[in-house]
This record gives sequence, structure tokens and C-alpha cells, in this order.
Amino acid sequence: MKARRRLLRIVKRIALYVTALAFTAFAVFPFYWMFLTSFKTNRDLYVGATDLSHIPWIFNETPTLQHVRLLFLGTPYLIWVRNTLVIGAAVVLITLICAVPAGYSLARLTGRWGERLGIAIFLTYLVPSTLLFIPFARLIAMLGLQNSPWALVLVYPTFTIPFCTWLLMGFFRSIPRDIEEQGMIDGYSRLSVIRKIVLPLAVSGILTAVIFAFTLVLQEFVYALTFISSVGKMTVSLGVPVALVRGDVFYWGSLMAAALVTSIPIAIVYNQFIDRFIAGLTAGAVKG
Amino acid sequence: MALRREAHPGVTPVLIFRRRTLADREDLLGKVMLAPALFYVIVLVAMPLVLAILLSFSASFAGSLDFHWIGLRNFGAIIRDPQFLLALRNTVLFTVISQALVMVLAVTAAHVLDAAFVGKRVVRFLLLLPWAVPVSLAAMAWTWIFDSTFSVINWTLKAAGLLQGWLYWFGDPTLAMIAIITVHVWRMFPFATVIVLAGMSSIPQDIREAAVVDGASFWRRLFQINLPLLLPIVTVSVLFGVVFTSTDLGVVWLLTRGGPYNSTHVLSTLAFQRGILGANLGQGASIAVFLLPFLMLAAVGMLRVARRAEVGA
Repeated sequence: MKARRRLLRIVKRIALYVTALAFTAFAVFPFYWMFLTSFKTNRDLYVGATDLSHIPWIFNETPTLQHVRLLFLGTPYLIWVRNTLVIGAAVVLITLICAVPAGYSLARLTGRWGERLGIAIFLTYLVPSTLLFIPFARLIAMLGLQNSPWALVLVYPTFTIPFCTWLLMGFFRSIPRDIEEQGMIDGYSRLSVIRKIVLPLAVSGILTAVIFAFTLVLQEFVYALTFISSVGKMTVSLGVPVALVRGDVFYWGSLMAAALVTSIPIAIVYNQFIDRFIAGLTAGAVKG
Repeated sequence: MALRREAHPGVTPVLIFRRRTLADREDLLGKVMLAPALFYVIVLVAMPLVLAILLSFSASFAGSLDFHWIGLRNFGAIIRDPQFLLALRNTVLFTVISQALVMVLAVTAAHVLDAAFVGKRVVRFLLLLPWAVPVSLAAMAWTWIFDSTFSVINWTLKAAGLLQGWLYWFGDPTLAMIAIITVHVWRMFPFATVIVLAGMSSIPQDIREAAVVDGASFWRRLFQINLPLLLPIVTVSVLFGVVFTSTDLGVVWLLTRGGPYNSTHVLSTLAFQRGILGANLGQGASIAVFLLPFLMLAAVGMLRVARRAEVGA
């Protein structure tokens, strides 16, 4: 009996590891493929899959840096990175100016209807770009902003502001009210309480909002595809899939290198902040 | 009141002698602080949404600013268009199938991650990768994986002796749909897993322990304790999944461009093709407007979950 129970435990343990491994393999496989493709020589890369003697899962020749070199020196990748950073910075700035006061206001100053309004603002985050890109196309044309990065600076806050307002609202709520009331008893006005007490306490929340606003900008594809047509003005997420092609020829090595180089930093940052992201999205459905 | 004032003589003078400014009028301050965000959302989300609906009733084309009310004619045209009906069917099909798969995978993966084992943090990090990476880059990696000549999937199936002929992933409508659904599932299941995991950690530990002590089997615990308690959070993750999948443009556009023979178009890619590339904004808008029911469904669902959580608190 005892031996059977022990056997059962071992089997369960093995099943756990096998399942975990299977999930990981599925999630990671495309990244492994990016990695292999980025460093394989063309002779190793472009062997038809009908050739069973050539195993595509490993390096059959010495890895090469030629694709990475081509990406950085022979393609506009670095220009796209710069464009993305500039647009991202502008969007983050607009987002903070709107979302920080709004988040605090909804958390503390607006009472019962503030909660409803907060949910309403959050729901606008769900209005997808694929529904708005057509009216925006008309709006951008009216403003004369076709093919201009300013079009993206104008449009991207439509999803970063609702998201960050919601995130920050939750964050401001978690600051104990007593601290603020204490400040007001000491003679501070509400505004100086915000400036001198609340904001310093909310630094990590604001940082989270900055990170997420930035990653949302980095991941955006639909608006960039709609509004930006010249290669020199593209962002990374648009330029890599759309402009790293010459005629019908894909530069798969450089393309995968670009995907890999862009993904790694985002993935690491994301991992640091994902729990807050989830807490923000599910606020209301989970009682902590 | 009078008694209180006497009791705290140090507090009141501040209130009496300082002029009341904006900084003290909380109701007004609240509105002022809310105004910029509200302005942005109203002008650049709510109004464009209304404009999208108006455009769908108009004959308008990119390049001219004319706005011509033509009533339901756009809708009349697309309803009779087999390509639109196919796109509508594909949108529903991709969303339902991928979300069903995502749920099964996410609940399983969350159970795995809820157990303690060596390397758990690493596994969690790796599982999250598909959700963190920009969708357009991930779609390119998959395009390369499903390449008609160099597909590693074909090689592996052939090497394992499972494949006799050849799979042209983007040359055959069914295979192309499988490829698209695979990418959607790959992208959404990490997100759903993390949400479900957050929900699991909020199930009171004593309930779970009580069930174990009472000798409830694994399946009984799963179906009678864990899943019912997880229902609200799983609903939330499904609703997000429905919104993100049904409205997505990048995956289909980059994998197949709607091909082969326009068989894999979804509402968003068809709206893009007609409205932006074809410059027929009116018709593009009328196609995109069919996304609204999906969104309504999600919004109502979320509000109900939120309300229930409020009542239960």
C-alpha cells in the first residue's frame, strides 16, 4: 500500500514535469526558431524540407553573424528603433499628463459616479483599432498628417490613456487614506497632499504605467500600417514585417534577428511587471 | 459643532483663515483633474466610434472629404457579398475555436504553475514570452515556420514518418486556417494562463485543504471546487480573448493576406482591404461595424462579472 502510494506520487511528479515541459516547448518554439535562423549561414538555412538528411533543428555549419550585421548596417532597422523611441516617449508623456490626474481623481475625488466613470473609461480600451482606423483615416487626412509620425503620437494615447488611467486608479486606491487625511489635518490642501505625499508614494505605480504605455506602443501594428507608408518613418513593429522584403525575397536571417533583438528586452521588462498588469485587468473580478 | 471647536482649538483657525482655493474644493478639483483624459477619450475614441457608424451609412472615399448619406446601401451590398459572409464566418470560427483551445490549455497550465516544482519561475517567464512579443514580429516567425518550401513542421512530420505528401500551409484554405488558429492560440494562452493563475491564488486555501482532507478526488476537486470558483476569472479572460482575437488584424494579414483565394479573410482584414487599400471608406466602415456585437457581448459580460464581485464583497 505504501509502495503504491509512493509510485503514484512519482508518476504524478513526472506528469507535472512533462506537462510543464510541453507547454514551455510550445511557447518557446518560435523563439528558438528565430534564434537558429538569425545565426545560420544561408547554405544551412535554405535547404528544402524534403531533404531528410539535413536536420533543420540544429546548426549544421558554424553559426554566422552576417544576418545580424546586415540588419544593423544594411537595413533601416536602427532608424525604426529611433522612430519607435521618439514616438513612444511622446505618447508616454501625453499619457502621464492625462492619466495620472485622472487616475487620482477617480480613486479619491469623484465618489460613487467616479467608479462608474472609471469602468466606462476602461471599456474604451476595448474599442479596437480595427474599428477606429477607418474614421481615423479620414481624421488624419483632414489634419494633413498622412505618413507622419505625429499621426501615431495623436492616435496611440487613445489606448494608452484608458489603460493607464485604470491601472493608476487601482494604484492610488491602494494608498492608505489615513496618510492623506493626516496631511490635510496638518494644513495641506488636497493639491499639496497629492504633490508631497501621494506622488512620491506612487512612483512605482507610475513607472508601471510608463512601461505598459511604452510596450503597447511598441506592439502596435494596425495604425502604423494604416498611416505610415514611407520606410524611413516606420516603427519597428511595422518596418520589420513589411519592409525587410526585397521584391518577393525575404531576408529571413535578418528578419528573425530583428524579431529576436526586439523581443528580448520587452520580454524581460514585461516579466517584471506582468503581475501588476494582470491585477489591473482583473480588478473587480478577483477579491484579493 | 461648537463643542468640537472648543475641543480642538488648534485645528479650526487653519480652516477659517486660509482662503478656499481650487486646491481645496474637492468636487471641482476632481473634475478639473479628470478633464484632460476625459477630453481625449471623448474626442478621439467616442467620436470616431460614432463617425465609424456614420461612415458605414455613407458613400465616402479616401482622398475626398465628401460625405454622402446613402442609407443602408453599403450594408445591402456587403450582405450579398459572399466574401463578406465568409469573413464573418471566419471571424466567428477563429474566435470560438481558438478561445476554446485557449481555455483548456490555460486552465491546465495554471494548474501546473500552481504546483511547486523546480524551475517554476523560469517556466513562467518562458510561458509569458508569446504574449509579450509584438504580434507582428511573432507572426513573421510563424510565417517562416509555415514556409511552403522550408517548413520545419513538414520536415519533422516527414522525418517521423507521419507525412507522405506535402503540406502547403498557406496554399490550402483549411491548412491556412489551422495555421492562423495555431498562432492565435499560441499568443493568447499565456495571457489566459496568468489570469487564471491569479484567480486560483485567490481561492481560499482552507477550502482546498478541506476538500483534500475530506478525500475528494482530483477530478471532483477540479469540477466541483476549483472550476466553479474560477468561473468569474475565467469569464474575464475569455472576454478579453474574444475581444483581442475577433478584432485582430495583424495575424491574418501577415500570415496569409486573406489568401489563398480570399478564403481566410476576417472582418478586420476585409475592412482594411476595402476601406484603406481600396479607398472605399464607407464600405470598409460598414464591414468593421460588424465587430460591434463582439464588443458589446464582451462589455456586458465584464460589467456583469464586475457587479457580481461587488455584491459578493
